[in-house]
Amino acid sequence: MTSTTPEVLRTVTVPLPVEQAFRVFTEQFDLIKPREHNLMPVPVARTLMEVRPGGRILDEAADGTQCVWGEVIAVEPPELLRFAWLIGPDWQVQPRENASEVEVRFAPEGDGTLVSLRHFRLDQHGPGAGSMPAALGGDNGWPLYLARFAELAGVTAGA
Amino acid sequence: MLSDPSRRAIVEALAEEPRAVVDLAAELPISRPAVSQHLKVLKEAGLVAEQPAGTRRVYRLNPVAVEALRDQLDAFWARALANFGEHAHDAKGNQP
Repeated sequence: MTSTTPEVLRTVTVPLPVEQAFRVFTEQFDLIKPREHNLMPVPVARTLMEVRPGGRILDEAADGTQCVWGEVIAVEPPELLRFAWLIGPDWQVQPRENASEVEVRFAPEGDGTLVSLRHFRLDQHGPGAGSMPAALGGDNGWPLYLARFAELAGVTAGA
Repeated sequence: MLSDPSRRAIVEALAEEPRAVVDLAAELPISRPAVSQHLKVLKEAGLVAEQPAGTRRVYRLNPVAVEALRDQLDAFWARALANFGEHAHDAKGNQP
């Protein structure tokens, strides 16, 4: 059976040279990431990206609590940034093997830079996309996932 | 919907891989007619989809969950890139 796995494709053009656009995106990701999205029970003070292969992407609360939700895979300034996205459909951190990937490319366009973002391998997070035996009975594993799944499916069925 | 243990077991089995009624009945302590009945309920709820495979019908989980995840992430990145655009304009304005 073949099927097309959905992915996210988004672009934006910014009025900065490629080098600067890359630097702003990677060094000031804190200002870019929508603040209301996070996994922590306390307000996020900042988001930090360690811009090197294997580097962590994490949210940090005012009290110093950290939540690691990404892992940098590739950094090729000023053209490419790729990182693993560890946040599952229930906004819980999942193991690395269940991560999807985000690729951001920076290309010159006129006086500015065209930034293309692709978030793919989304099915890695989903049911059947990798066995998660350890998570099967956990509060954040199948029970929660299936409840959410049912909720989503219910909405769709009612539409 | 999933509070029924049989339906829950069926969904978990289908999460591993698509299966026909006979496979589900063979694996689970549920009779074949009962499996069919549960699948009918799950199908009506949009949780599972069926497709013919030769002479059999194979049931699988509806990919709606991945679609829903996609929509969430699409909204997330739309906002992030809008933030980036605004921030880049500010950075440009601050240049000497």
